[in-house]
Amino acid sequence: MIATAKIEAVEAPNYLTEKHGIKSWLLTIDHKRIALLYIFGITGFFVIGGVAALLMRLELLTPATDLVDPETYNKLFTAHGIVMVFFFLVPSIPTTLGNFLIPLMIGAKDLALPKLNLASWYVYMAGGAITLYAIASGGVDTGWTFYTPFSTVYSTTHVAAAAIGIFLVGFSSIMTGLNFIVTIHQLRAPGMTWFRMPLFLWSHYATSVVMILGTPVLAVTLLMVLVERVFGVGIFSPELGGDPVLFQHMFWFYSHPAVYIMILPSMGVVSELIAAFSRKAVFGYVFVAFSSIAIAVLGFLVWGHHMFVAGESVYSAMAFSILSYTVGVPSAIKVFNWSATLYKGSIAWETPLIYAIGFIGLFTIGGLTGLFVAALGIDVHVTDTYFVIAHFHYIMVGGAVMGYLGGLHYWWPKISGRMYPEALAKAAALIVFLGFNLTFFPQFVLGWLGMPRRYAAYPPEWQFLNIISTAGATILGVGYALPLVYLTWSWKYGPRAGANPWRATGLEWQVPSPPPTHNFEVTPIVTHKAYDYAGMKEQLGLG
Amino acid sequence: MNSLDLLPPTASTYASQLNYFFWVMVTICGIVATGIALFIIYCAIKYHRRSPTELPPQSFGNIKAEATWTVVPLIIFLGMFGWGAKTYFDAEQPPPETLNIWVLGKQWMWEIQHPNGTREINTLHIPIYTPVRLTMISEDVIHDFFVPAFRIKQDVLPMRYMTIWFNATRPGKYHLFCAEYCGAKHSGMIGWVYAMNPNDYQVWLGQGGGEGSLAATGQKLFLNSGCANCHRPSGHGPGPSLERLYGTPVTLATGAVRIADESYIRECILGKKGGPVAGFTAIMPNYSGRLSEKQIIALVSYIKAIGPETDLNQPSSSGNTRRDYSSQPGIAAPGSTSISGTIPESR
Repeated sequence: MIATAKIEAVEAPNYLTEKHGIKSWLLTIDHKRIALLYIFGITGFFVIGGVAALLMRLELLTPATDLVDPETYNKLFTAHGIVMVFFFLVPSIPTTLGNFLIPLMIGAKDLALPKLNLASWYVYMAGGAITLYAIASGGVDTGWTFYTPFSTVYSTTHVAAAAIGIFLVGFSSIMTGLNFIVTIHQLRAPGMTWFRMPLFLWSHYATSVVMILGTPVLAVTLLMVLVERVFGVGIFSPELGGDPVLFQHMFWFYSHPAVYIMILPSMGVVSELIAAFSRKAVFGYVFVAFSSIAIAVLGFLVWGHHMFVAGESVYSAMAFSILSYTVGVPSAIKVFNWSATLYKGSIAWETPLIYAIGFIGLFTIGGLTGLFVAALGIDVHVTDTYFVIAHFHYIMVGGAVMGYLGGLHYWWPKISGRMYPEALAKAAALIVFLGFNLTFFPQFVLGWLGMPRRYAAYPPEWQFLNIISTAGATILGVGYALPLVYLTWSWKYGPRAGANPWRATGLEWQVPSPPPTHNFEVTPIVTHKAYDYAGMKEQLGLG
Repeated sequence: MNSLDLLPPTASTYASQLNYFFWVMVTICGIVATGIALFIIYCAIKYHRRSPTELPPQSFGNIKAEATWTVVPLIIFLGMFGWGAKTYFDAEQPPPETLNIWVLGKQWMWEIQHPNGTREINTLHIPIYTPVRLTMISEDVIHDFFVPAFRIKQDVLPMRYMTIWFNATRPGKYHLFCAEYCGAKHSGMIGWVYAMNPNDYQVWLGQGGGEGSLAATGQKLFLNSGCANCHRPSGHGPGPSLERLYGTPVTLATGAVRIADESYIRECILGKKGGPVAGFTAIMPNYSGRLSEKQIIALVSYIKAIGPETDLNQPSSSGNTRRDYSSQPGIAAPGSTSISGTIPESR
């Protein structure tokens, strides 16, 4: 960064400066600009979902329903769930960091299908607009799970509009997944063999497979909800001759793998961060790569563990239980390999590493409590309680969001060409970690005590733990707001970043920051494995 | 603000078993989590980057290490699975002799019907040291019957009987929750379970009733709804005799064999069992929509009451005929419905 002035003097146009005007953004087919469009989209939805969560936590400060009435509370947790799952977590890393980085990491000029990429953003926004209409025009009170026959026969809220919105956004997911698969197969630069790819790409490949195989099932399920609700065709409602548990099978056939759509990209980010900030190859590269694939495959075989108390037979419950434990194995492999990578590394405590370590910590707690809910006997007691809420927030928020924020900081110099304020960012990362644990750890205790989820009111003896949780949520809110402020600030005022501020391997660091529109002036020829710090030490100025 | 309780009361035989399993899990997972955390903190301090251009020695993996942390977790996980599955499996089937109580869930209340005709709303009185079996059905959406102190939870579905059982061990007043989101007043669909000494329970039961037992109500319905015209005790009517039917296998015209349990009888009344009984013609009118769930419960209770004495409490919920209750450990043998050897745990 000593040479900042010189770099500025000879600056060539980059993807941000080459074209100007609103039209150049809304009609862009540049994967990097589309990634930024998505960042705007998902940040907006994250704020909406976050505000709903904060209102819920404020309501739960006291045992009685005083801040909002129960109907409003039900609409709040529904809005929170729908927005956060379908409009933030599922698209979060793939559509932003994935979109931005996949072509750069494999040495390509763009994704294989740039127009499809832009189309996916419009479909996402259209689905989002319809869902927001449903929420703003009176709300939906079914929970994000849309359980039948409540959603199809009994609810009087805007279920149909919300279902259409989610149906649509599913297609943006399918388009993104398809685009990534084609790109990774077809556009790898010469020498970029499968086993030279950064692990970020392996995890995105696995994610994309889950997206294109799972999402159509969600679409079909929502369509059937619509058909029953709007036309009264009996599918799920027993009064119309349907089966309400059938809905749960179909819903979880998508929605359990969807958890892996959320967490796998984050795992890919963490592999990159751990490698960069310990300056070592990820220990057991092949095992980490294939554990992503294993998670994607096994993730499709465990949906029945959501229905242990829904009248599942003992034997199918046992099958789903043992399969759920097998998913734990590739997850454990990742955690051990990341930890082993740190061993004898050169560990730099920069913000992205704090997020990565935070990820490992929270994901480990989320994973270990997953062993509790996979156990048949324990699950019966804790399912539909705050234990499950805490468990999946440790995975989906503790895991996925930590990975997202860590990745956003790590690649921010590449995306914006600017550095973020390091001290403030470190403080924010620690605040997020602290606030998260304070919010969700007490919920494990509440769940074991028996506090059911989706309760606007609760017995007074549980108030103390709820107050701690709400206090934690407030701190977490501050932790999430800080990056929003300082990253926006740094977009204009942050110090200029060089092409490779972290001295990291990876093709994305060999192009200027921000990269030119077509990424590479000449197609790179790859001669190194991923994370080959020793082999690239002259180039990186190490040793 | 009330006293700070961090653990739920333990008030059933199953709750004690589950606590033990739970705390073993907490211990194992606590050790693993602490170990990983300490290792990462150790690395972070010991291998802190000394200069911006530092290049640490590279290592790429170790097949023995990979094999270890693949196989060891797998073995531990399988152990956890086995223990969890055994706990669940052992507790799945009730002992042969149970006190049977009906539960009706509806937006947003629990209605309980005791066999003697006593009704209660949002409370459930039960005797301790007696296996209690609940047969539950919803009148609208899916609900879920959850008593944390007993560690039991079961979805209550519309149009389908679900059963759950427990053996309470400590007298007391315990929370009852609906655990499956069911609409506007979901968090108001709560109540209390009163676990009482058996004598107190009998006294309490004596205060209720009034309308006569469920079976008596059912008998009146059986006569008034025209059932008795065809289902004659002699078996010479157009329909099969229902005496001594309950709990016995029935062969349908399709060849399928069903056990005549609560679910089967309910399906017969509503014309959902899939064709007539072998040797009979399908002439029975469909009572779907003409009888309330409560009336159906009364009819089922009546048909149970005229069933064979020995099989009076044959438990089954899904028509599964392959259960063997006698060989399961931890479940009282027929006739020994009282103390099953578990001492209430103090915490």
